[in-house]
Amino acid sequence: MTETNLHRHSSAFSRLSGVLSDVVSRPSGAIGLFLVIFHIVLALTSPYLVPFDYKEMNASFMLSGPTSTHWLGADHLGRDVLSRTLLGGREALLVTAIATPIAVIWGGFVGILLGLVGGRIDEVLMRIVDAFLSLPWILKMLVLIVTFGTGMFVLIPTLAFFYGIPVIRIARAATHDVVARDFISAARARGHKKMTIIRRELLPNVLDTLMVEGAMRWSWMLLAFSSLSFLGFGVSPPTPDWGLMIADARGFMSFAPVGVIAPVVALSSLIIGINLTADSLAKALGIDRAQKAPV
Amino acid sequence: MMDKPLINIKNLSVGFRSLSGKIMPVLRNVDLSVHCGESIGLVGESGSGKSTLALAAMGYLKRGLQVIDGVVQFEDHSMFTLTRTDLEGVRGGKLALIPQNSGQSLTPTSKIGTQLSEALKLHSSLDATHHKQRVIELLTQVRLPDPEAIFERYPHELSGGQQQRAAIAMALAGEPEALLLDEPTTGLDVTTQAHILELLRELAADTGMAMVYVSHDLGAIARVCDRVMVMYAGEIVLEGTTSQVLKTPIHPYAHGLLASIPKLSDAHLPQALDGRPPVPGDAGAGCAFADRCALVSNVCRKERPVLHRTPNGEHVRCHHFTDIDKMNSTAARSAVLAQTDNLSKAFPILTLGGLSIRYQQKGLLDDLSARLFGAEKILIPTVDDIYLEIRRGETVGLVGESGSGKSTILKSLAGLLSPAAGQVLFDLGSTGQSAPVQLPSVVEARGHDHLRAIQLIFQNPDDSLNPRHTIAEILAQPLTLYFGLTGDALYERSVSILERVRLGAHYLNRLPSQLSGGEKQRVAIARAFAAEPDLILCDEVTSALDVSVQAAVLALLNELKHEKGTTYIFVSHDLAVVKALSDRVAVLYQGRMCELGPSDAVYSYPSHPYTEVLLGAVLEPDPDSAPKLVADDIVELSPPAKGCAFQRRCPRRLGTICDEMVPEWQQGAGQHMIRCHIPLKELITLQKDA
Repeated sequence: MTETNLHRHSSAFSRLSGVLSDVVSRPSGAIGLFLVIFHIVLALTSPYLVPFDYKEMNASFMLSGPTSTHWLGADHLGRDVLSRTLLGGREALLVTAIATPIAVIWGGFVGILLGLVGGRIDEVLMRIVDAFLSLPWILKMLVLIVTFGTGMFVLIPTLAFFYGIPVIRIARAATHDVVARDFISAARARGHKKMTIIRRELLPNVLDTLMVEGAMRWSWMLLAFSSLSFLGFGVSPPTPDWGLMIADARGFMSFAPVGVIAPVVALSSLIIGINLTADSLAKALGIDRAQKAPV
Repeated sequence: MMDKPLINIKNLSVGFRSLSGKIMPVLRNVDLSVHCGESIGLVGESGSGKSTLALAAMGYLKRGLQVIDGVVQFEDHSMFTLTRTDLEGVRGGKLALIPQNSGQSLTPTSKIGTQLSEALKLHSSLDATHHKQRVIELLTQVRLPDPEAIFERYPHELSGGQQQRAAIAMALAGEPEALLLDEPTTGLDVTTQAHILELLRELAADTGMAMVYVSHDLGAIARVCDRVMVMYAGEIVLEGTTSQVLKTPIHPYAHGLLASIPKLSDAHLPQALDGRPPVPGDAGAGCAFADRCALVSNVCRKERPVLHRTPNGEHVRCHHFTDIDKMNSTAARSAVLAQTDNLSKAFPILTLGGLSIRYQQKGLLDDLSARLFGAEKILIPTVDDIYLEIRRGETVGLVGESGSGKSTILKSLAGLLSPAAGQVLFDLGSTGQSAPVQLPSVVEARGHDHLRAIQLIFQNPDDSLNPRHTIAEILAQPLTLYFGLTGDALYERSVSILERVRLGAHYLNRLPSQLSGGEKQRVAIARAFAAEPDLILCDEVTSALDVSVQAAVLALLNELKHEKGTTYIFVSHDLAVVKALSDRVAVLYQGRMCELGPSDAVYSYPSHPYTEVLLGAVLEPDPDSAPKLVADDIVELSPPAKGCAFQRRCPRRLGTICDEMVPEWQQGAGQHMIRCHIPLKELITLQKDA
């Protein structure tokens, strides 16, 4: 390994650790990152933690409030709400954790390409993107789900496809910003090859934006997944899922509110966690210019 | 002046809380008092706290800043304890602000007249029916041509100078008692700047307003201010009358700052002020300037100096202000301009033969209308008719205002823009005799040798250095591309190049964001020199830098030229900077050359009328020298279709001949050439009389 390669690797590594410590040093970043990690750990370990089987019904506890056996009570079928809440995020996290990178990668790739190519192709394709974005997302997704059925293997590509489209916009705009800067002109004037310029000069600068965008997309996707479950197009019962639990329990909200509150708290804490992390990440990477420290 | 001051700031300290929770001071124990009718200049380099102080006088702090100590009083109001509603009554009315970029402070979607009427509605007791009349009066007062028409225009329809005038008119709407000006002429062309400053002088004299004028430009300060305060690292280090501060500065920092400004009358390069100011919170127990000071002693590092009052009524924060005379001996050390010997014997390295560049392109509609109506659209080139021969080792300066096409020419030479017509010959000089070959117009078509031989340095290093690359990676790019260096050889070469621009090997692992502006520009220069080029194109390389840093960069360029015999094309809007470095100077207006010659000849008589206008508008940091304003500051957006390029603004216009015919080049003494219809002899007499 040569001297400069050493430099490069150490610089990339020190930058990453610098960004991470910056995120953690902000209160919002620390809270956000804690929430996200907490949820991921919970999703991985919850099958071993739950006090009851999520399918187990107990008629005598039906719609009971919190008791010493069922800490968060039981639902309308007498199933333990705590166990179901602990397990309810697994499916959502798994689907969105796979779909988000796919969305960012394909959307980012197309966006950067369009930003570089420009001209008529860019113009035409961007109008198609606009047309896509102008339709309500739930409508587009329901059409695909109704056609191909539910299940993970439909949900993942569907979410990845639709959530990649806004990424195209972002990646294209970021590319335009970078391409206009002098260091790109400088590289051109030096006579570097096009691919070298894209790889060395452009990509590192666009990736920052894509990283933050990816985090934001993740939280949107979680919401979308839960909404689909809520409408009955996501996870099929009896598998526990927060969206589905909210849908099931909302009819009994007036006398067993914990049944709704527990999954709502779980879902919102995860989404708030992701958003807080994304915000601090943006600030740490210096993307959010308006928020920079004074002077 | 024993009356009560209008603005009274006492012992003000302002700071921000860092991520670790420590308070970082940006202003430290600042006192400022402004009386009626007085105009005070605040000067200092970027980060000195001058803008923060001026805005604090309005009771305003940027986000994240907080008052640590002290009071700010305007008349009887304590600005930081006023309620929001009370503040609104004062701000914009009795106390008005003119910001740096008024193009951004005017609302783009509403007409100038509407915006000014709104200001009247808020801050004057006038009846609404009289608003329009008053607005026209205000627009006339700021000398905007045809105020009735301006009333109906949107901000984007005005030029930068006109926008600044409209902003001044808006500030005047509330008949303010004090005006705060935050770098009001920075970013404007020299002629526009000179005109705006004259306007401000007259307004201050007519209305008796107090003014606080913030600027890094001592030339501007010299024009408008009675008193000057020099700021450094959030402190006032020197305060006195304008002529005291500018003619006999008794603080080492002010002394160094003045020495670093290039002046037209200088035969040598300006003297650089080494080092950089401390970042907020970094200033130790002693004097903040101690690390850069020539007069530094032990007491400076231990004890923070107090603001002494001198017998002449000045205030100075220095332990050694009585020893300031010792500074003069060091001034003799200023770099002597590298002499380029035997230039006339050198072969030309670059020959431009009728270079013409066009941004505008014929659209589909133009084609259609040409076919239907036979009306062929005439495209006027942005840059046209450039003939120039540059010899090896020579430095040629290109000067002109914005829109003069100087950067466009550089971009075209770098192969980033394809010219519409003309021939560019380039001589690699490898054969030992003159062997010019045609230079391919676009960079993609150029061969390895041509790519290496021509390097471009950009204006703003923040933009020209990739923020994600370390200095090692930045320098590796030309070294690997042109010389195939890798590994230890690459490392050694990078270090030796860095040392040549006076940066050490420890910079290699840093990112550009960890460097100061001057250091970044040094890296950009190092990157260009890494290619061992024959020709370096410098595009406004010092305009984004502070003056003290600018002097250091100029000295570095001069030194490298001396060492390597490199040829420079040096583009700048600053005539003094160009003069400091150039052997020959070409003056450009609207993409056409007006004058070309050895720099001494171009900077004296006879001059092309445009050069005369430019030279007249130069502001020297001397309160006794007044600019000679000969023409107005109208900004033209495109060159005329025929005739002399300068016909519309020329103060010495002859008549229709100027509109109809492009003037011939007239040969003066030496290689001095002027493109004007007026015979040279006549020009001399005309200009001597003026």
